[in-house]
Amino acid sequence: MTDRTRFIPDRLQSPLERHLKSWESLLILVAVAVFIANSFASPYFLNAWNLSDATFNFTEKAMIALAMALLIISGEIDLSVASIIALASTAMGAAVQFGVDTPGLVLIGLGVGLICGAFNGFLVTVMGLPSIVVTIGTMSLFRGISYIMLGDQAYRGYPPDFAFFGQGYVFWVISFEFVLFAILAVIHAILLHKTNFGRAVYAIGNNPTGALFSGIRVARVKFILFLLAGLMAGIAAICLTSRLGSTRPSIAFGWELEIVTMVVLGGVSILGGSGSILGVVIAAFVMGLVTFGLGLLNVPGIVMSIVIGALLISVIALPRLWQTWRG
Amino acid sequence: MLMQSETDLSGPSKGNAIPVIALEGVTKLFPGVKALSDVSLRLYPGQVTALVGENGAGKSTVVKILTGIYQPDGGSITLDGTAIAFPTPQAAGAAGVTAIHQETVLFDELSVAENIFLGHAPRGRFGLIDTAAMMDQAADILRGIGAAIDPTHKLKDLGIANKHLVAIARALSIDARVVIMDEPTAALSQNEIEELYALVETLKAQGKAILFISHKFDEIFRIADRYTVFRDGELVGDGMISAVTEAELVKMMVGRDVSQIFPTRTPNIGDEVLAVKGYAHPTEFADITFTLHRGEILGFYGLVGAGRSEFMQALFGITRRSGGTTTIDGTTIDIRSPADAVANGIVYVPEDRGRQGTIGALPIFQNVTLPSLGRTSHSGFLRLAEEFKLARDYTERLDLRAASLDTPVGNLSGGNQQKVVIAKWLATQPKVIILDEPTKGIDIGSKAAVHAFMAELAAQGLAVIMVSSEIPEVLGMSDRVIVMREGRMAAELDADDMTPETLVRHAAGIKEAPPC
Repeated sequence: MTDRTRFIPDRLQSPLERHLKSWESLLILVAVAVFIANSFASPYFLNAWNLSDATFNFTEKAMIALAMALLIISGEIDLSVASIIALASTAMGAAVQFGVDTPGLVLIGLGVGLICGAFNGFLVTVMGLPSIVVTIGTMSLFRGISYIMLGDQAYRGYPPDFAFFGQGYVFWVISFEFVLFAILAVIHAILLHKTNFGRAVYAIGNNPTGALFSGIRVARVKFILFLLAGLMAGIAAICLTSRLGSTRPSIAFGWELEIVTMVVLGGVSILGGSGSILGVVIAAFVMGLVTFGLGLLNVPGIVMSIVIGALLISVIALPRLWQTWRG
Repeated sequence: MLMQSETDLSGPSKGNAIPVIALEGVTKLFPGVKALSDVSLRLYPGQVTALVGENGAGKSTVVKILTGIYQPDGGSITLDGTAIAFPTPQAAGAAGVTAIHQETVLFDELSVAENIFLGHAPRGRFGLIDTAAMMDQAADILRGIGAAIDPTHKLKDLGIANKHLVAIARALSIDARVVIMDEPTAALSQNEIEELYALVETLKAQGKAILFISHKFDEIFRIADRYTVFRDGELVGDGMISAVTEAELVKMMVGRDVSQIFPTRTPNIGDEVLAVKGYAHPTEFADITFTLHRGEILGFYGLVGAGRSEFMQALFGITRRSGGTTTIDGTTIDIRSPADAVANGIVYVPEDRGRQGTIGALPIFQNVTLPSLGRTSHSGFLRLAEEFKLARDYTERLDLRAASLDTPVGNLSGGNQQKVVIAKWLATQPKVIILDEPTKGIDIGSKAAVHAFMAELAAQGLAVIMVSSEIPEVLGMSDRVIVMREGRMAAELDADDMTPETLVRHAAGIKEAPPC
């Protein structure tokens, strides 16, 4: 103890060891349990096409959940994402009436998402307003514009090749949406866990003042995260509109809470600073499997939301209770 | 309550009575670190025991064990000679152990009495709070510590010193037999310190056992009866304070002789590196103009509120200036954010380590590399091996004490956190390093280490700006001093003109030396 220079080891616990003890391992157990329960509960569950259908329950929400996870880890939130879907879908629907083709529609969907994200990001990072207030406001604003444009009408008449995004299959039962989600998940995982940008996101979420004092461009990072959330909402809007084949102003209504639920279930701290993309991806599967299993059993939607709520609370409460009991 | 305990606790004989509370052979382990190793501590009725040790020696761990926050991994606690355990803070409180912390949380909108009794107020019928009894008891406690405070007043109407007394009254509102004071004078003025000493005498006379933790040797020798010294989690000595000298105590504490407080250095001042011209802010400061050279240590002295930190934070890009220019190596640059400052070789070690200096939940290596990721990464992608290498290089130069580089910075002691902040900035290879109160709240041993390190940095050609409110530190370290008063430069003093009198005179705005 007396010598003044000592060797400090890099790590006492290997990253693998840490993963094995992690939240993600627990979630995988939950996912497996739900999968087994579903296959016992319904004879139709273990069918490749049914399982493929099951993925549509969560892929669009999960795409947004990826970007939402980064936002929440950075200590911000975007509750306007479902309304961005509505506005982007409405804009695409309106463009169809002017004969815009599929590539044009995609650009409009992505563009509206980016513009909405930039608007949120501007209000939060430049004006310095709290994101929860800003995005509750833009949640009403964006969907409100859809209602003004559509009233109780719907836009239809999307070009036939536009249907591929929400209804197409890449290989056998593997849908385009599922492949797109997988690619986006890998991109988000690399961005968060393997880049300087991701490190800055964690630093900001843990201590925004300390991050600023360490030379991190905090406002720029947050602005990019709002842009990313808007872009993901734009992509989800393209997939969802393509899958439904029509646009109503109530499209994706209430999705923001399901998306936040997915993120929190995935082990992201709602206070910011911790969480992983892997956790969010597993949580997306858990939620998708649960809702699909209940659907096969003809459980009504209102009961489904009760089950999802109970699942969220119990998965979050149980480890904490267990720790308390262990002392 | 306070008055009653007076009679039945004053032991028959002073000298070596039975300790009220004793730790014997206590060990406390944290992952990878032995915070306490087989230490003993005995607190006697009516006596003040000073607990002395460097930062990270295990003082706060002992306090947390005594107050039931931590559980020891080995050894025993005895109360009046009987073994006891404190599984919760409530159990420690019930046994009469109370602690006065540096920053007790108080509530502005509640009355003084409510603050004192929050959580254990006297109850009347139906379990409702008996306000009259609470006011009476609060008045008794306040009188007992000689505080002239009306218990019905709201806390927000009191001054800082009286708020501190309310915090003490709160600690004494449980029927305390053991009072732990953790650096109680750190935030007090000289008058208030005298009042605190009087209070300690009162508590002694009431037969309470007092554990007094302090970095200030003058106060230890003034009020303590006994001493206990910890070093690196081990007990290195204890006994009566009358049988020890200050030098012996320091030697026990740091394990070596600390003969000189400030390093002797021969300044090797080179070319001009930084020139600041006409820096101004709408409200905090104006007309700040100076130059800084390689190898130079420039001191900034001033009273609290003179605008020194505000100016430094503007120079570092945290707050926006309303005017002025910064020139580095002859090139004028526009600093609009800390990122701009770091990119131009200006770095800032803030006074508030926990909030501004570090990101507590992130591991040491990530804190160190945070501003240097551009160098450790490859086109934006992290390279962990490079990060560990960089973090190791700089933390080992600073003799960091930690279980591993993967340990969260928040788990380290204050002195070691400061080393992480300095390592973080040195890793960016800066030209100018600004140190804001670099030794505030750290012990003598660490202070000397920081001073020696500052001297070494200057010797290697780094330009150092040191903001300090301690006159000996300013005089002992600086080659030149700028004194600030009310947001303006009151004086710029060369080594020849630097005396305690000139510093104080310019800082306080006294034009001529007072007639003798």
